[in-house]
Amino acid sequence: MKSLVKFFAAATAMAVATVAQAADFKPAVIYDMGGKFDKSFNEGVYNGIKRFTDETGVEVMEFEVTNETQREQAMQRMVQRGATVVLGVGFAQADAISKVASENPDKLFSIIDVNWLDHPNLRQYAFKEHEGSYLVGIAAAMASKTGTVGFVGGMDIPLIRAFACGYVQGAKSANADVNVIQNMTGTTPSAWNDPAKGGELTRAQIDRGADVVYQAAGGTGVGVISAAADAGKMSIGVDSNQNHMAPGSVLTSMLKRVDVAAYQTMKDAMSGDFETGVRNLGLAEEGVGWALDEHNAALITDEMKAAMDAASAAIVAGEVSVHDYRSDNNCPM
Amino acid sequence: MSEFALQLLYTFDGTIRLATPLILCAMAGIFSERSGVIDISLEGKLLTGAFVAAAVAHTTGSPWLGVGGAILASVCMSMIHGFACITHRGNQVVSGLAINILASGLTVTIGIALFRQGGQTPLLAKGERFGPTEWWLVDLFNHVPILGTIYRELISGHNMLVYLALFLVPVSAFILYKTRFGLRLRAVGEVPAAVDSAGVSVIWLRYRALILAGLLCGIAGAYLSTAQGAGFVREMSAGKGYIALAAVIFGKWRPVPALLACLLFGFLESASSRLEGVPLPLIGEVPTQLMLALPYIMTVLLLAGFIGKANPPKAIGEPYIK
Repeated sequence: MKSLVKFFAAATAMAVATVAQAADFKPAVIYDMGGKFDKSFNEGVYNGIKRFTDETGVEVMEFEVTNETQREQAMQRMVQRGATVVLGVGFAQADAISKVASENPDKLFSIIDVNWLDHPNLRQYAFKEHEGSYLVGIAAAMASKTGTVGFVGGMDIPLIRAFACGYVQGAKSANADVNVIQNMTGTTPSAWNDPAKGGELTRAQIDRGADVVYQAAGGTGVGVISAAADAGKMSIGVDSNQNHMAPGSVLTSMLKRVDVAAYQTMKDAMSGDFETGVRNLGLAEEGVGWALDEHNAALITDEMKAAMDAASAAIVAGEVSVHDYRSDNNCPM
Repeated sequence: MSEFALQLLYTFDGTIRLATPLILCAMAGIFSERSGVIDISLEGKLLTGAFVAAAVAHTTGSPWLGVGGAILASVCMSMIHGFACITHRGNQVVSGLAINILASGLTVTIGIALFRQGGQTPLLAKGERFGPTEWWLVDLFNHVPILGTIYRELISGHNMLVYLALFLVPVSAFILYKTRFGLRLRAVGEVPAAVDSAGVSVIWLRYRALILAGLLCGIAGAYLSTAQGAGFVREMSAGKGYIALAAVIFGKWRPVPALLACLLFGFLESASSRLEGVPLPLIGEVPTQLMLALPYIMTVLLLAGFIGKANPPKAIGEPYIK
């Protein structure tokens, strides 16, 4: 009897504790320029958040930054509104999250695409985009009939240069004579949201002989994909799976599993098991990869698939190392 | 044909694509400003047109209905501008800016309400937008050296709205200089009192000028989202309305010089897209940043140094009081 009472007491206490924790748990996410539905980077995060909300029923507060001055304000406001964990999306929020995290040591923070900060309450996700880009570079070089492939970047920053550099290395590994044309859309954050310019750059590359164009440009990439489809050439998607955007014209997409990062952040913060520090996600951790679905199954030949799988295995095993532009701000190719 | 000449040809091809929205907006600006109404709101009308065209084209599946919707919405914006500064004699610059802010906010808000995609419209499928139109005899001319290539790359293969824009320049010039309406329109921007004493309504003339401006901006907006692009993205007009306004001033409020100014701006933008990362003879590879800044540097230089004396319509910016 006594033990039974104890059991019920303990059970009640646990139930109360869980409820209390659930009530206290208030997650928030700050999307960056480009917006929640950029069909790319931010949308990947949104997919992870949506999965979390669908599974747990916990609503996540959100804000979409539309100009540079809003980032810190938005984070402060989320903390004031009682957020217990705040997820920042993108390197551009690094300064803001660094400041807000040090001012609020009792709150948890997480940020994607940053690995250089140091706060006891901050988790940082970094992706090895160069590894995923290497794989799609192989596919591009093998799919190209002209021997020329293109790359359109968004804002000219080391992160995007890392995409480009991995892509060039992959393309050259498949075909040493391949010619890679590279363009950046701009030098300001508006370069993430300029589909007209993206389309024009793509046409320029196609005019110079490119027949596969890889883009890492947020919303600008929409213009790249539609311009390539208009011209009857191929494009490669980025971050999210973009194969469906122009079926038959998108060769594949370089997946960056920001959805996993967003989901993990929320899930771990909710369970109370939130490790801070840096997480590096590459091919080995399945943080990057390439997309194969019904929209591009006809475009990916068995040889391409075999080559990409072999390269992937070699990178995971450490036999091939892909140079990261960010390590020395230089691309050897 | 040499590689250099071919690339130059492609650059001209890009020039036409990029200049089309500028040309339409510049013609709109000329009608409005020649009647004495400053039209800063070109930008807002362009953005409104872009949004409505994409939304209607996506919903109905017809790009031409999209153009119709865009014209209607853009004319509505024009009428708000007219109501504020013709009927109520408000400040034309303030009213124009208000239209721009209204368009910037309204397009995104309605976009979120309709499509729930953060203010964007869904990506338009092939039949929902204007595709390239192959001209007759392309295959035949293909064998003619040089001219065949020029015909194929430069003249053929654009979408209908590009040809429409180019066609509307002589039409605008004809209306302005060869019709009674055009004569009165020009007069009302210079000496409205004279037009009024001749028994012609100044207010109705200015309203008609603004309707024409709205119509042209609507087509330009439809071009942005359903021909050049494949859907609406927030703030996609990206300052093109203001550049068109600069072209109007640069062209001294005349259609053909304004067309040339628009082509110049288009050429600079097209060239900057193409020259980036390409080693040039003598200079070597030009840094990305400089190439991106080139159109703006040239604009400042041209506007500062080469425009000469520009005489705006005398009564511009002044509401007419009997």
